[in-house]
Amino acid sequence: MTSDGSTAPLAIELRGIVKRFPGVVANDGVDFDLRPGEVHALLGENGAGKSTLMNIVAGLYRPDEGEMRVDGRPVRFRSPRDAIAAGLGMIHQHFALVPSQTVTENVLLGLDRPRFLLGLAKHDEEMAALAAGLGLKVDPRAKVWQLSVGEQQRVEVLKMLYRGAHVLIMDEPTAVLAPQEVEELFRTLRAMTASGRSIVFISHKLAEVLAIADRITVMRRGRVTASGIAAAGTSKGDLARLMVGREVLGSVERTMFRPGAVVLSMRDVHAENDKGLPALRGVSLDVRAGEILGIAGVAGNGQSELAQVVTGLRPFLGRIEIAGDVAERRSARDAIRRGVAHVPEDRTGVGSAPNLSITDNLIMKAYREAPIAHGWVIDVSAARRMAESLKDEYSIAAPSIDTLARLLSGGNLQRLILAREIESKPSLLVAVQPTRGLDVGAIEAVHRLLMARREAGAATILISEDLDEILGLSDRVAVIYEGLILGTFDVAEADVQELGLLMTGGTGGLPLEVAPALPGVPGA
Amino acid sequence: MTAAGSPQGVAARSRRTVQLERRLDVPRWLPYLATLGAVAFALLVSAMILAAVGGDPIRSYLHIVDSAFGDIGVISDTMVKATPLILTGLACALAFRMRLWNIGAEGQLLMGAWGASAVVLVPLLPPGAPALVVIPAMTLAGFAAGALWGFIPGLLKARLAMNEIIATLMLNYVAALWIAFWVFGPWSEGGFQLTAQFPREAWLPRLTDLAAQVPALGGLTVHLGLAFALVAAVALWFILRRSRWGYEIRLTGDSPPAARYAGIDIARNTIAIFMISGGLAGLAGMAEVSGVVHRLQQAISPGYGFTAIIVAYIARFNPLGVIVAAILFGALILAGREIQPAGVPGMIQGIVLFSLIASEVVLRYRIRLVRG
Repeated sequence: MTSDGSTAPLAIELRGIVKRFPGVVANDGVDFDLRPGEVHALLGENGAGKSTLMNIVAGLYRPDEGEMRVDGRPVRFRSPRDAIAAGLGMIHQHFALVPSQTVTENVLLGLDRPRFLLGLAKHDEEMAALAAGLGLKVDPRAKVWQLSVGEQQRVEVLKMLYRGAHVLIMDEPTAVLAPQEVEELFRTLRAMTASGRSIVFISHKLAEVLAIADRITVMRRGRVTASGIAAAGTSKGDLARLMVGREVLGSVERTMFRPGAVVLSMRDVHAENDKGLPALRGVSLDVRAGEILGIAGVAGNGQSELAQVVTGLRPFLGRIEIAGDVAERRSARDAIRRGVAHVPEDRTGVGSAPNLSITDNLIMKAYREAPIAHGWVIDVSAARRMAESLKDEYSIAAPSIDTLARLLSGGNLQRLILAREIESKPSLLVAVQPTRGLDVGAIEAVHRLLMARREAGAATILISEDLDEILGLSDRVAVIYEGLILGTFDVAEADVQELGLLMTGGTGGLPLEVAPALPGVPGA
Repeated sequence: MTAAGSPQGVAARSRRTVQLERRLDVPRWLPYLATLGAVAFALLVSAMILAAVGGDPIRSYLHIVDSAFGDIGVISDTMVKATPLILTGLACALAFRMRLWNIGAEGQLLMGAWGASAVVLVPLLPPGAPALVVIPAMTLAGFAAGALWGFIPGLLKARLAMNEIIATLMLNYVAALWIAFWVFGPWSEGGFQLTAQFPREAWLPRLTDLAAQVPALGGLTVHLGLAFALVAAVALWFILRRSRWGYEIRLTGDSPPAARYAGIDIARNTIAIFMISGGLAGLAGMAEVSGVVHRLQQAISPGYGFTAIIVAYIARFNPLGVIVAAILFGALILAGREIQPAGVPGMIQGIVLFSLIASEVVLRYRIRLVRG
């Protein structure tokens, strides 16, 4: 049944998988195979079809065409339950854990056994033994809400292993992890392959893929562009070409850093998150005209709240000055009036109105004033003229300016949002995860736009979970951890190891280089 | 071949199944077609029910058309019925646009009727005041009373995040009892459950009033309220389509977080929309007491405020569409009575609403038959 000459059957073998969604062919005749005991990376840009393919393997989708074998036997899954029964476990980007329950309870959830009495103590030991066997550091008795994201990921791994998975599919597992946690994850993955399990590692990060994978399959636009090539001897450049289909430019060119006057000054700012828990615990920051301040941190450490406080969307305590004025009126309207532009994290829910046209979405910040407003009436022809010119200038690919925003691709929607925000000629631009989920071409475009704003003398706060992006664009980097700024560095002097350590809350006695641009800031 | 879900097992189940596929784009004409289709489907189902209980659906429908649009006289009557439906339909359509589920148009209509009556019955104006003063005062009072009845749920929603459906629904009962109190008590005419007839100055002008000059208009009871309704519909259409405020409503209706992000004061707009919505419904109440009944009584509305919800839905919340839908339902109310005093007309209305809601599926999804 196996297609190659090796003795053991392939753990997974896919032949000619086709999966169509309305308007797109997500997988177009894809072949893929996973050998026992290997880490096989599935590399591709967002929308290349990687997750679709693995969702088929995990029983979430049914392929329109093609066949699939597990351990040499043909299978056709009707649900994830079938896939798990066949020994395939998938760990999604969003974890499915119950925060108020313990690790053991989460692992047992949904199983037929134990039937009535949980006998938790016995199972706790079982979990601990299973985890220890692979060097997974997890306390079975801890409640999930107490765990870090990295630990929660380990619980998901444990869940799959407990269900007898010998193939683990991990969808962008490093997206939510700090550098040190990534190392830890890689150690776990190696321990698992050593014990004979196989791993599919979905990612779009080249360095990571080269670091962990034995073999690599690259996908582009639903098709395989490189099938199971050995990671050894492959370069980043090769992979990038296979992934994007053309030569990739290096990082965005940047001019000298000429900081101007302080545009945003925050002193001892406190704010709560949506659950009423403290999210910012005394943040002090300065951002100057002509500089990009990167905020580095693991997701959920107060970044979203920081952006919302600055853009007037969240109430706060403390002092925020924008261009020397104390921002007392804490409303989004007030922030807009003061020239604060906001590229929000949630493009479809916050940054755009999905069922309104491109035109209506582009005037979201400009509809109150001339030339769009004409007294209390909106000058429709002026709005349409503006929309037409922005659509061209920012290359928003859409049939017309009447196209509904929800029909735009992620990259085009982000171009629309940037067009609108940059067109307001902001003195302060708050960009949150501006390139998340975009393909390489769109990322380049977004980076160029941000740099152009910097050239034009705007102050920019760049919040991103992608450390490479922050280091590539920012003039200074501030590390946020649990609502505190643990340090601010000039990007030229920043050290990735040190940043990573701070991102996970460890100061480790490192000398904090507080940038000289922050005189008189109470030490964080 | 022992794995769960073997290929044979699946092959054996190969049969046609209906598959819903999300639509990426909705053609411009589709909503209209879906609405027409839903109404046609509803009429078909109603016809089947009529036939099943021994009626003759074709004769019934012909009778409805004839008694609603058969001659100028009944057309006029249809328009009289359509007038409050347009106004309350607009009230609902406006609120629904911002996803505020005001189902209290009925109560707001009653309060408007009460407010307009108060001008005459308290009286708020000296007796003998000319119509040119009385009618505007009643209009204003009717709008204001309705707006007040909208303000209450609006405020509760905006400040305390109270569910507006429950608040508006309950306020309908309060308004009905409020009317009952006044017509049974202070304003009762000789112990009957209605007030004295208003003086002529408090009557909205009707076409039949011009019969002395133009005899052809004799008997036509269409009153100035229809003009109010049509003007309100056009004004609302313009505001929603073209004004800054209308843009805010459309944006908030589509995505409240995006509206907040755009710096829109959602709480203030919520209250304002509820007040205008209530005011429009109040205007319908004013038009009924001043244009049709000429007194306040318990039964002023056969549920216009509830029918308005269906009217707004058929119109897909478009103010100009409300006019068409209201005329259709005005005809149904008028002519339905010819068939059966209760039952059949309400049944047809209900089936129309269900069909409309079901037709949303067609707008969101493409329906395909596939071999499964």
